[in-house]
Amino acid sequence: MSNRPFAITLKPGTSLANLTGTWRTARPVYLHRLPPCNNACPAGENIQGWLFHAESGDYEQAWRILVENNPLPAVMGRVCYHPCEGACNRGQLDSSVGINSVERFLGDEAIKQGWKFDAPAAATGKRVLIVGAGPSGLSAAYHLTRMGHYVEIHEAGPLAGGMMRFGIPKYRLPREVLDAEVQRILDLGVTLKLNTRIENIEQSMKAGSFDAAFLAVGAHIAKRTYIPSGDAAHIVDAVSVLRSMEGEDKPMLGRRVVVYGGGNTAIDVARTAKRLGATEAIIVYRRTREKMPAHDFEVEEALQEGVMIKWLSTIKQAEEGSLTVERMELDEHGVPQPTGEFETMEADSLVLALGQDVDLSLLEGVDGLEIVNGTVQVSSNMMTGHPGIFAGGDMVPSERTVTVAVGHGKKAARHIDAYLCDTLYKPAPKHELAEYNKLNPWYYSDADKTVRPMLDVIRRQTSFDEVQGGLNETNALFEARRCLSCGNCFECDNCYGVCPDNAVIKLGPGKGFQFNYDYCKGCGLCVTECPCGAITMVPEET
Amino acid sequence: MGFQPVKFYQTGTYTVGNRLLSDAERSVQAGESRSNSINSGHRACQGCGEALGARYAIDAAMAGSNNQLIAVNATGCLEVFSTPYPESSWQVPWIHSLFGNAPAVATGVAAAMKVKGKTNVRIVAQGGDGSTTDIGFGCLSGMFERNDDVLYICYDNEAYMNTGVQRSSATPPAARTATTMPVGSEPGNAFGQGKNLPEIAMAHGIPYVATATVADLRDLEYKVRRAMNIRGARYIHLSVPCPLGWGTASNDTIRIARLAKECGMFPVFEAEYGEVISVSKIRHPVPVEDYLKPQKRFAHLFGKTPHPETVARIQAIADRNIRKYRLLEEGEN
Repeated sequence: MSNRPFAITLKPGTSLANLTGTWRTARPVYLHRLPPCNNACPAGENIQGWLFHAESGDYEQAWRILVENNPLPAVMGRVCYHPCEGACNRGQLDSSVGINSVERFLGDEAIKQGWKFDAPAAATGKRVLIVGAGPSGLSAAYHLTRMGHYVEIHEAGPLAGGMMRFGIPKYRLPREVLDAEVQRILDLGVTLKLNTRIENIEQSMKAGSFDAAFLAVGAHIAKRTYIPSGDAAHIVDAVSVLRSMEGEDKPMLGRRVVVYGGGNTAIDVARTAKRLGATEAIIVYRRTREKMPAHDFEVEEALQEGVMIKWLSTIKQAEEGSLTVERMELDEHGVPQPTGEFETMEADSLVLALGQDVDLSLLEGVDGLEIVNGTVQVSSNMMTGHPGIFAGGDMVPSERTVTVAVGHGKKAARHIDAYLCDTLYKPAPKHELAEYNKLNPWYYSDADKTVRPMLDVIRRQTSFDEVQGGLNETNALFEARRCLSCGNCFECDNCYGVCPDNAVIKLGPGKGFQFNYDYCKGCGLCVTECPCGAITMVPEET
Repeated sequence: MGFQPVKFYQTGTYTVGNRLLSDAERSVQAGESRSNSINSGHRACQGCGEALGARYAIDAAMAGSNNQLIAVNATGCLEVFSTPYPESSWQVPWIHSLFGNAPAVATGVAAAMKVKGKTNVRIVAQGGDGSTTDIGFGCLSGMFERNDDVLYICYDNEAYMNTGVQRSSATPPAARTATTMPVGSEPGNAFGQGKNLPEIAMAHGIPYVATATVADLRDLEYKVRRAMNIRGARYIHLSVPCPLGWGTASNDTIRIARLAKECGMFPVFEAEYGEVISVSKIRHPVPVEDYLKPQKRFAHLFGKTPHPETVARIQAIADRNIRKYRLLEEGEN
């Protein structure tokens, strides 16, 4: 029996003996949710993670987090179609965070400051042959080298870069930027052999005693279509036009250039023709703008520069100086059907931009491979049917973008590493998605997206200067700070502040917070008032 | 004039802390060494706005007085849940006497400190809306009238909560309480009664009067710090939603306080010598329905027999506040 006075249960003094945590029926727990930008990134970048450091102005740390997944940020910041921004939750608040422009700023800053990659891990003694020095091959080489493997890239062309150099025009990707980022990868200790075409992959692997190979030869053979034409008709393909832009002799296209196709390559070649002095660059495409595979902002930029587009048209015949074009109509399935109405267009040259095929000659005689529609089939670990031979980039079935290729390179590198160590690479399970309804947007400052400067149209039509400008430090910092940090704590102290029971312990900068379940009553205020959705309630076990 | 919010740096001063701000720009509550004037283990309900508001305010007063503070408490929820004899959650010198005499006790403590020559020791008196607007009103008015050197903080949860939600003179019109049941043609609390204590305090011409909510910590801390820099009678009226009495979810306390301000029902401002010197503008205007609907004490306005005319009368009160205090940004009024 207690000898305390009536109705008194505790000794005089503090209330700390009163463990109010026993009232709780549900407890708050900290968690990480997957930000939609990270989820959308084909290269698997930890975008929220690097923006976190950019927000505090620590650009080098931001860059280091960025390049853990992607060694080409300055290239990415120019040529990536940024699906991250399409997924960004801030788009539902005002407008998406300019992730791509901050990435470019970090990439450019790294080149300016001369930041180098962290040194590779201890050498494993394993040798990997990479075929092709495009984005996929470079990405794989970078990751494998950092893991400690010896990497040799064999490139058939005269320079590294693949389609980044021989497909993407200079006005979108200045070559000094590409060169700087390629060189940084080579500086890591990657051996690059240029003008080295692999005739037979198995022989080359045996000759160089390679333990594994990663094929990333890209898709460089222009698709052709049969167009009846006179002997003097000037027909070229887009791939060779763009490739010859890198050489001494610029392509001769004439004053009226017609481009046939509706992809990004068609846009690139039309804009290139305009810059080479064509008075008219006309894209002929058999469907409508809505159906065009080219990205709309590129179509828009091309139109601004005076490129014309002839919709719903196919080319039936080519003669010297003229083309016969048939008008098309979309049927109820959206498929273009011929109408039998023809017209004639003047054209000094016709450029075919109808897609590209893969040169698979190096794979002849390799057993176990499966080729479907001209692409090499790979399983989920990027390995072909032949053990030890992996493939990625444009030569495997996928969306053909630089970012996807970089992602393939990273993924393949992880699986090659596992293959070399005789283990299995198992990616960490993905966190649940940080959807907009998990956020408390009240707390974010109102701030609209920073607009990137664009080169004026006259200079765009007459030079290969870069069209889209970058951000300076001030507005890059502004843009980074527009990040909502979806699903990941950014140490705003709200949980620590709003708890009526002082049941949140602040662990200090960079260390986050911890719940004191002795006193947490489970009210859920911290969960509701967490701006970024990094806390959730879970029922207590009964 | 007034609290100058930082509008950028990701979340600016909207959040409790912000790693991007300099130390000088950070809040008391974000600090690891805040005084936690009211400690863990208190018996307030889950999500109690008053427990939160009291820690916000008294921690700020501690920071503003170099930790030389004595707190006087009226009877009410805050006293009952923090200090059931013989335990106490208070980590500051703290005294409780009666329901109605907190301002007079505070006056006495201030006089005692003056006599002892301890002018560095500052006095805060605090109570709920019951002890402030009803039971202790006479003492409070006297304290104002004499301009005693006390900061009085009223935690307004708009009824007598710990005795079972009875109406006070701070209960809003149409609200259901145990003594204003939703029956008859005009259900809930009557219109046109009650007291607007911030304006009554201003009418005394005291040096400082301010209102605040638990939804805007930085504004509240600014006002407490400012009050601590002034001598004489000062009054802060703090809106603290009560999950129990208002019939709201325990995790919604801050959201409801925010909506009270954003819809215009609870104007947030500060005044010197009876004159309004600054107001907190509405950031995202909302109709009063958004504020009323999540609260069960107003459920009868939206039930099977809704009372749109009553909602319209409440909206008219909010609209009047918005006009009177110029709560919208210029050009929107």
